[in-house]
Amino acid sequence: MPILAAQQISCEKQDRILFQDIDLIINNGELVMLKGENGAGKTSLLRILTGLSAPTSGQVYINSHSTQLDINSASSRLVYVGHKPGLSGLLSATENLVFYVNTSGQAFIATTEILDTLSHLGLDGVEDLPLKNLSAGQQRKVGLAKLWLHKTANLWVLDEPFTALDAATVVLLEAHIEDFLQKGGAVIMTSHQASNIKHQSRELELKYAW
Amino acid sequence: MNTPVNEPNRVGTALIALAKREFALAYRQRAELMQPLMFFLMVVTLFPLAIGGNSQTLQLVSGAVVWVAAILSLLMGLDRLFRDDYIDGSLEQLILSPTPLYAIVLVKVLNHWLVNIVPLLVISPLLALFLNMTPAMYFALILTLLLGTPTISLIGAIGVALTVGLQRSGVLVALLLIPLFIPLLIFATSAIDSASMNLPISFQIGIMASLLLFSLAISPMVIAYSLKVSQN
Repeated sequence: MPILAAQQISCEKQDRILFQDIDLIINNGELVMLKGENGAGKTSLLRILTGLSAPTSGQVYINSHSTQLDINSASSRLVYVGHKPGLSGLLSATENLVFYVNTSGQAFIATTEILDTLSHLGLDGVEDLPLKNLSAGQQRKVGLAKLWLHKTANLWVLDEPFTALDAATVVLLEAHIEDFLQKGGAVIMTSHQASNIKHQSRELELKYAW
Repeated sequence: MNTPVNEPNRVGTALIALAKREFALAYRQRAELMQPLMFFLMVVTLFPLAIGGNSQTLQLVSGAVVWVAAILSLLMGLDRLFRDDYIDGSLEQLILSPTPLYAIVLVKVLNHWLVNIVPLLVISPLLALFLNMTPAMYFALILTLLLGTPTISLIGAIGVALTVGLQRSGVLVALLLIPLFIPLLIFATSAIDSASMNLPISFQIGIMASLLLFSLAISPMVIAYSLKVSQN
């Protein structure tokens, strides 16, 4: 049973066809790198795959649940990290992540574990500051901490995860992605940087169409 | 990797966490929250000054004044309902959470009502004094506000959800929504009118209660759908 199956999806925006009839199947332990120029539709494709946007035509299934008909079941084992942080600037990193953990449908996760994850990512000392007072890279790290805190996920959809990160965190994140793939998770991501993930990967290239 | 448990208690946990987050956020922006309340207070205060000491005239228009001021001040606060969550991407994460979106928006709207409108109800005895309301009129006013303001929040949230993707949608939301509040206004002021003549008000209150129940049943779905469309 594939983790993600997209059938014949097309996307049209402002009368421009971004892509047409894309079929994509992602199985356990697979890494898909989404390539393409700026404006080729990478983010649009990722948003359609998660179920946030509706495709112009076609179907997407995650863990055999349709993203359009039953998004709550489809996304219950999904972690999506997009361009927007998905965190509130008025709350602290800890408060944001406690909220994330409680709404992610998992069993209880202790606050100490959240603090450990933040410290693992080099965010010691800023856990309790309002997020808007943190730097862009630090905010990004808090958003990526979701990848450590969602224990039951089997699909990660990552849109430019390495943006604004320092070298040490890039290495940390790459290792974490490898580890997740090894355990049977599936990842689809875009990245303009050359990736050093030591895992077999597949490339999907989107052409800029006009 | 074991299968996730998606029992009702997980949904409960998620909704309680959401309510706590909303209260924390409201508390941290309390200065901004005060603005609609102060606006309401000032508009109502202007009327005794403009109309003058003629208590008879003042009493005649009191219900209408409070209600119009309440609708306008509620509209001021309403556009914040989903705006921040849309901008910072929290809305995306909530859509992708295992909790149904209609439950999430219902919690958000109820929370908005609690932090924006309950203070308004609390200061209303003062306004009754300003406007020379009789006790019966004041009782009718509170009853209509209690039944009418949640309806405004629920219906208003639909308009806000529809326009959340637009920049500076404040006036547009007001233009879309004010016509929808006309029935509420008619029944509310008619109830206060009847109360001033010591007539029964159960008919108007009944209609307003049914409007509330109807919007409570329908609007969470509509809001959730509008928010999903705003993501496209």
